[in-house]
Amino acid sequence: MPLRRWWDRAQPVTGAPHVRGLGVGAEEWLQVARDVAAAGGVLHALWASCAATGERCAHERAVYGAYQTDGGVLVVELTPPDEAPWIYPGIEDIFPAAARMQRSAHDLSGARSSDPDVRPWLNHDRPYEFVRVDGEGVHEIAVGPVHAGTIEPGHFRFSVVGEKVLKLEERLGYTHKGLEQRFTALPILQGHRLAARVSGDSAVAYSWAYCQALEGMSGRTIPPRAAWLRAVCLELERLANHLGDLGALGNDAGFAFGLTQFSRLKEDLLRATAAAFGRRYLFDIVVPGGLASDLSAEAARALADVVRAVCAETVELRDIYDEHEGVRDRFTGTGRLEPERAARLGVVGLVGRASGQARDVRVDLPDAPYTEVPVTMVVQHGGDVASRVAMRFGEAHESGRLLTSLLSGLPHGAHAAEVGVPADGAFGVGLIEGWRGPVLVALQAGPSGSIRRCHPHDPSWQNWPALEHAIMGNIVPDFPLINKSFNLSYSGVDL
Amino acid sequence: MLKTLRKIASVGLISEPAPAPDELLRVRRAADATIAAVLGRALCIRHVDAGSCNGCELEIQALGNPYYNLEGHNIRFVASPRHADLLLVTGPVVRNMETALRRTYAATPDPKRVVAVGDCGCAGGILGECPASLGRVANVIPVDVEVPGCPPSPARILQGILTAIQG
Repeated sequence: MPLRRWWDRAQPVTGAPHVRGLGVGAEEWLQVARDVAAAGGVLHALWASCAATGERCAHERAVYGAYQTDGGVLVVELTPPDEAPWIYPGIEDIFPAAARMQRSAHDLSGARSSDPDVRPWLNHDRPYEFVRVDGEGVHEIAVGPVHAGTIEPGHFRFSVVGEKVLKLEERLGYTHKGLEQRFTALPILQGHRLAARVSGDSAVAYSWAYCQALEGMSGRTIPPRAAWLRAVCLELERLANHLGDLGALGNDAGFAFGLTQFSRLKEDLLRATAAAFGRRYLFDIVVPGGLASDLSAEAARALADVVRAVCAETVELRDIYDEHEGVRDRFTGTGRLEPERAARLGVVGLVGRASGQARDVRVDLPDAPYTEVPVTMVVQHGGDVASRVAMRFGEAHESGRLLTSLLSGLPHGAHAAEVGVPADGAFGVGLIEGWRGPVLVALQAGPSGSIRRCHPHDPSWQNWPALEHAIMGNIVPDFPLINKSFNLSYSGVDL
Repeated sequence: MLKTLRKIASVGLISEPAPAPDELLRVRRAADATIAAVLGRALCIRHVDAGSCNGCELEIQALGNPYYNLEGHNIRFVASPRHADLLLVTGPVVRNMETALRRTYAATPDPKRVVAVGDCGCAGGILGECPASLGRVANVIPVDVEVPGCPPSPARILQGILTAIQG
């Protein structure tokens, strides 16, 4: 088994369980990618170290790839030869999702891949050349960056004939705010606050992934109660987002009743969250060492009661969605992403599982408390809007079940532990299954409690290109519905 | 159909009263202090995300749920700045959104008001000013009301909107 030799050479990396790291040259860099692909693995992230400017970086340039295979997560570090300029072999032919990651890595660090598509991605200084579709009756519809609803900015360029979409090209990067550079200005024990704001709807997933990396680097295991409470927060975040999406999806299918009911349930859950943790959205609750505040037995019971009530109503509403012919008609067969295509594109998370890609970090590489409270993975195979709706119903139900178990079985003890500053140069990786999919944080410590480098990676990187495929052949008016069924993050990929 | 109707009937009316305006949120008094007279009781809002983390968007979306019942207060979100009376701006203004924000502001007819939502929009937030970000909204367009918070609650955002149209 060719993959075996890389695993044998790799050294353990601290942070998430089953992560190993490996330094390679250009030839091996390509071979690792081919071997991972041949073994059915996926690309989690690709990033480059160092800003393009800054003297410190000259001798520290490196490109990183993180893959997941059956054995765990393999982080590969490619260091350049001394002579400049340096072009490293791109892996976009092996993992198509790598293309935009490589273009962004170039914008941020100057490391250029061999991909002939050299259009900048995050850097918007120059006009952007869209791929033109020619033919009789073909015209373009340009949408954004400011959209018609309360959503994030991005630009979509549709090439259409009549109402049928021939091609969609996305242009993102509008919310690029220099996150990676901002990380390097923060003390490493404060970085979780910025991590929570990479994509605000996944605050728990990001701050947990950041803390997981940091705690590993400091050699600190968090108390069992802290791990359980973090899982409570993560499942609350998943449930709240799924409820919001289920309402919005009903609305986009012309069923306003769905939005009214699900937005009410989401508000009930947010108010219960605020009563339990002092905030509606769980920013700054996951901190290095554990949780910022504890949960009393009484508060845990009250929270569990609301979760049970919300989940019971969700079951009723699922019945109504399923029986509504108009809704069923709009959902079924719309925006189909076939399992084979999803596999080829390396689609991850909820959208991946809706197309038969059965991967979930909580199941595949579980960390505490998911080792003790096992997750039942929800998988659908249709790949259409209906499947992504069914995924949300299924996962909302499963999160409700997990929350009930977690809240009734919270271990006693401390809810946080002291975490020291990691040594200069220490490297760690955090990996948490957020509601959208796997969130990865790669963290490297600098001298005296500083951050040398932090790359937060959103699952939307892998899934945005898949949306371009899912819309093909559908009609323009179905785009909002299909887009909502993916519900990807802009901020998370714009960095 | 029966299940749907039964659900509507069993939930009933749950809307809460609107909060009172809070003059402490006002950062600037517009010269044309007549907006309420011009608009009467109807208000159209255009939301612009100028670079937020999407946390504030979640709370703005919550304004539409039956508890806050925004449309019950004669306020609604519109798809174009040309139809809007008020801009609700989130995020620090990042460089890649500066032009879009300026154009949206220019396309909004006078008299208009601007409400900056969230710590980033009010003061730059954790991101502050950097090569990729210009910081607070007031650094780019005139702002009438600032609603701090990370993210601010829906009730607080509604309070900011109601304050803006008082003056």
